[in-house]
Amino acid sequence: MGRYVARRLLQMIPVFLGSTLLIFSMMYALPGDPVRALYGEQAIDQAQIAEIKRSLGLDKPFLLQYWDYLTGLFQGDFGTQIASQQPVADVIADAFPITARLTIFAFLFTVVVGITLGVVAGLRPDTLVDKSLLALTLLLISVPSFVLGYAFQYFFAFQLGWVDPNVNDPENYGQLLLPAIVLGSLSLAYVARLTRTSIAENLRADYVRTAVAKGLPRRRIVGVHLMRNSLIPVVTFLGSDLGALMGGAVVTEGIFNVRGVGYTVYEALSRREGSTVVGVVTLIVIIYLVCSLLVDLLYAVLDPRIRYA
Amino acid sequence: MTIIDNTSAVPAPRADDGNSAPLLEVRDLHVEFHTRDGVARAVNGVNYTVDAGETLAVLGESGSGKSVTAQAIMGILDMPPGRIPQGEILFRGQDMLKMSAEDRRKIRGSKIAMIFQDALSSLNPVLTVGYQLGEMFRVHEGLSKKEAKAKAIELMDQVKIPAAAARVNDYPHQFSGGMRQRIMIAMALALEPDLIIADEPTTALDVTVQAQVMDLLAELQREYHMGLILITHDLGVVADVADKIAVMYAGRIVETAPVHELYKRPAHPYTRGLLDSIPRLDQKGQELYAIQGLPPNLLKIPTGCAFNPRCPKAQDICRTDTPPLYDVTERDGGALPGRRSACHFWKEQIHG
Repeated sequence: MGRYVARRLLQMIPVFLGSTLLIFSMMYALPGDPVRALYGEQAIDQAQIAEIKRSLGLDKPFLLQYWDYLTGLFQGDFGTQIASQQPVADVIADAFPITARLTIFAFLFTVVVGITLGVVAGLRPDTLVDKSLLALTLLLISVPSFVLGYAFQYFFAFQLGWVDPNVNDPENYGQLLLPAIVLGSLSLAYVARLTRTSIAENLRADYVRTAVAKGLPRRRIVGVHLMRNSLIPVVTFLGSDLGALMGGAVVTEGIFNVRGVGYTVYEALSRREGSTVVGVVTLIVIIYLVCSLLVDLLYAVLDPRIRYA
Repeated sequence: MTIIDNTSAVPAPRADDGNSAPLLEVRDLHVEFHTRDGVARAVNGVNYTVDAGETLAVLGESGSGKSVTAQAIMGILDMPPGRIPQGEILFRGQDMLKMSAEDRRKIRGSKIAMIFQDALSSLNPVLTVGYQLGEMFRVHEGLSKKEAKAKAIELMDQVKIPAAAARVNDYPHQFSGGMRQRIMIAMALALEPDLIIADEPTTALDVTVQAQVMDLLAELQREYHMGLILITHDLGVVADVADKIAVMYAGRIVETAPVHELYKRPAHPYTRGLLDSIPRLDQKGQELYAIQGLPPNLLKIPTGCAFNPRCPKAQDICRTDTPPLYDVTERDGGALPGRRSACHFWKEQIHG
């Protein structure tokens, strides 16, 4: 077990290097540059720009820039935003908790509602309940999240007035509810379907028949014997999904004006602030890797047939 | 072993508890499954009885309805698509089909227990065997987790699993096939039920282990004076342990007989065919007999005797009239207790 975890942690190093290099090179390849973006529509003094670039190290060759960035990173320096002169670490520290809150909220919504719906439908396969769930999830899967986001915003905020259309205060969970539902809806659909299929399949399993033959009450059969086996694939999905939710937050934050990581990345992209984008995306990559490691370990806890050496 | 001492006193009161009703009596049981293609009549009027301490072997090919009958007795049929349109299942004189779901649940496991064919898939893969055994005591007798585990170890000892205390926290996949089947048996025995239904308990095991498991089952049955319904398609297994045999075909019982009588003088052509298709050492080199044709499609069972399309002796009457279960007698009319045959020509079959 310990060796397995160590190996998995070591595997994160090449993934980390690869993903930062990839994003870094993408930012480098994008047209436009951050210093020029400072000037907007003003007349430009080329010598001045070259001077600023040199002072920021942006005139160096690509690989050297990457090296500088990495060495800085290992000293805990995420770089500094060119336009605002704010350290990137501070920018992330401001934006990240907001996105984390939104993501966790969406994740909880996905888990609780998705699994509940899946269990309810899976226990009654091919009934009306089951078929309506399949139809609903199909709808959620096929409608893109930005369409769903604007539609929800229109109905629930502008028409019905139940919620605020924008998130002014990211500490306010009532305001975060709608964005969280929109963000979690796609995963919710997948989780519900996965749970439903898994439950419906295991319901016919021999060990469930044994549990019935043992004279166990139905609650125990479902809660102890059926659920544990059925949730194994769902847990696997949820782990990789947490990362996807953070990525999806970029779009949702845009719709509902949440000043989170998505907003920050969008801003930084439009100003070609490479170090900000790389910092944020790398953080998401690392969170994703840690989550998938945790899921794999949890997998062994849930299914004793799996042993890591 | 204190466990055995305690229980050896139990059989006596069980045998005569005031009523003369048999332990289990199945009366005219019908089971059908409603499928997209029509109604599959899996069981069509089965009657049998089992007394305490008695072993009934139910014999038949796949699809003959033997397992479905057992599942109906256990109350673990999937309904729907399954349905029991008529019949009674009397346990100690009480019709279980008329009981509430909760009353039936309390009987399951504690009064009537079942052993399944494939122990690997029938045990929950993610729970320890100790937990699964102990669950019986926790649910039915309200024991604590700790007491239940101690009981589980006792049970594992009883079915002769070596180092039971050390293995109680192991998972099913960590046991061999024979040991897993012993755990299934232990689970069925846990609450010392009055009746055990063993659905092909040895089919998934290799031959040497088969004998051990059957011996263990027979030994424990004698010890607890339980009724046993042994469902099998293996005639070899039956001969050693059964008291009487019921042969099933297309959801009906076609012949019943005390075990040795049946082997000596079958009174139904289907039984004859089954016996002839056992490989025998003294017929080495000869072609092995096989009953021609396939078991009938339960969606459209042949009219008359269901066996008629495959029967070497079928006549016109067999294609039109369904034979009742005749009482089989000696040539001179002398009674043969327990012998019945659903063949129009049972006389010709038994007396040649």
